[in-house]
Amino acid sequence: MKTLYLAIKYLAILVWSCFVVFPFLWALTTSFKTANGVTGGATWIPWLQYEPSLHGWKTLFGGAGGTDITGPYMNSIIVTGSASLISIVLGTLAAYGLSRFTFKAGFVRNGDITFFFISQRIMPPIVLAIPFFLLLRQLGLLDTLAGLVLVYIALLLPIAVWVMVDFFNNVPRQLDEMAWLDGCTPMTTFYRVILPNSIPGLIVAGMFCLIFGWNDFFFAFTLTFTNTQLLPVAIVALNSSVTPWWSLSASALISVAPLILLAFVVERFLSRGGLAGAVR
Amino acid sequence: MSALTLQNLNLNVDDEIWLDDISLHLEPGGLYTLLGRTGAGKTSLIRTIAGLEDLDGGRIWHGDACWNGLAPWRRPVAMVYQQFINYPHLSVLDNVAFPLRRAGVGADEARDRARAMIDKVGLSAMVARRPGALSGGQQQRVAIARALAKDAPVLLLDEPLVNLDYKLREQLREDLVELLAGRQSTIVVYASTEPSEALQMSSRLLLMEEGKVVQEGRPRQVFDAPASIGAARVVNDPPINILSMTLDTDAAEVESLGYFPLESLFGAARLADIGEAGLSPGQYYIGLRASDLQLAPEGRPAEVTLTEVSGSETITHLDMAGCHLVLHERAVVNHRVGSQIHVRPRLSTVFVFDRNGALAHVAHPSRGQD
Repeated sequence: MKTLYLAIKYLAILVWSCFVVFPFLWALTTSFKTANGVTGGATWIPWLQYEPSLHGWKTLFGGAGGTDITGPYMNSIIVTGSASLISIVLGTLAAYGLSRFTFKAGFVRNGDITFFFISQRIMPPIVLAIPFFLLLRQLGLLDTLAGLVLVYIALLLPIAVWVMVDFFNNVPRQLDEMAWLDGCTPMTTFYRVILPNSIPGLIVAGMFCLIFGWNDFFFAFTLTFTNTQLLPVAIVALNSSVTPWWSLSASALISVAPLILLAFVVERFLSRGGLAGAVR
Repeated sequence: MSALTLQNLNLNVDDEIWLDDISLHLEPGGLYTLLGRTGAGKTSLIRTIAGLEDLDGGRIWHGDACWNGLAPWRRPVAMVYQQFINYPHLSVLDNVAFPLRRAGVGADEARDRARAMIDKVGLSAMVARRPGALSGGQQQRVAIARALAKDAPVLLLDEPLVNLDYKLREQLREDLVELLAGRQSTIVVYASTEPSEALQMSSRLLLMEEGKVVQEGRPRQVFDAPASIGAARVVNDPPINILSMTLDTDAAEVESLGYFPLESLFGAARLADIGEAGLSPGQYYIGLRASDLQLAPEGRPAEVTLTEVSGSETITHLDMAGCHLVLHERAVVNHRVGSQIHVRPRLSTVFVFDRNGALAHVAHPSRGQD
């Protein structure tokens, strides 16, 4: 019975792994193919089934008449990285305040403020695009990295607040009280006690911000023209009358690489169980 | 060394009274036990002293300093919760050193003092561990060490042993008595629901009921003469039996237990000779400790409704003609639920309460009249 259970378990893991790995494998093989290789059916083994070529990869960096995506890549890192970082810092502070202190302004309470943050993400992006466009134009920040960072902060902050409010609500208040009685002010309590114990929450919020920011195409497209280009827009621009599957596959792999790398790095912090031993 | 004075403290939460006009004077060197049932207001009072609750009325003085409006982080108090609360990201050593570092003590000195305190609570082998890697008892020892290391003039202990198992509780209680001994400059306020704990540890007992301190005194004094039915219920574990009693000039009729001559109940033949002012005929309540009931073939029949065996003792709940009684035996006895046993009062200590529930007289008939 135990063996059967194990067999089923491993089979399920195998099927799921194939499901997850297959798209990457497909993109990886395609990125080393030429036009003939792509149209020649499903082939997997280089040199035996198809002749590998670096053509797709070279075109991404300006070779073989392609477009260099290094600039957009760096832009994406700057915009997504800084917007995520600022959103996490501001969002974490806001979330701690919403979780620990009672706000009253007319009929508005903590729950209403939290919902206000989340509601920013309920609206369809197109509703926000026009005000953002007009605002950035007014500020002279249209088609600039700074403008994009501002817009992305507005988009990512609700995510950070939402995730962190929920996380802080699960951190026992006695931990704050204990820190107060040990001589910490609310601010010292936040950064000396609560923040070091909120690393799993910060990672989840950070990952959400990075994923949403990194993969955004709509605002990167509508709020930029020629001076500033982010990676998703640059990848779409690779397309021409003949779809270059090899360069698209290579760019897809390059695009997803930082997030996968980051997920591997932070995964161990997530599985630690940050609050074990706080209150029992 | 300053005394802590609480003046007419009131605390209401959602139109419910949590603290009702509490006034106390607590001297350094005293271990004051707040004894009361869950919801009596012990934790609220401790949290109020710590500054974790905003008062609706009253003042708290520490010597000449008024603590009203003073933030918790500015009050010279240390506290141990009933839950085992520690900083999960810090080692045992850093946990204990934490309040010292916050108070501006240098890193080396803080660590030395923390090490000495960890030694005292018997965790020297675990200084490098995180709280999550410790057992419940060890975690609470860390919390106690942290509170003691701070060396605050007011130490608040909110049922620190309640979440430990029986054996561990006994052990840590003894250790705590040792750790607190000789702290002549510290006011220790200890909340508990266990009368035995209060009797063993405290120098003064403060009985709490429905947000009020209903009696204050030396533990033995309170235990021997609880001021009211409520106080008698709080200081007696297992619960005291409270029965209505009709007192006549020569005898008393006790609910369910029947008629007793005055001599057997009070060790005196006339009402006028009972107590200092004497008792007059009328309606009263009688309090008999669970240990003052005994099995006797000639006693009254009662049906067993519940049997609790704790260590080498048995507590049996009985239904005697619709009246709930509790019998405490110092032996392991298995009275089957639903079976009938015969009990009668031992009459070693008899508490008499008037119709308002206030103590009217304590008699020890087996010793003769008081």
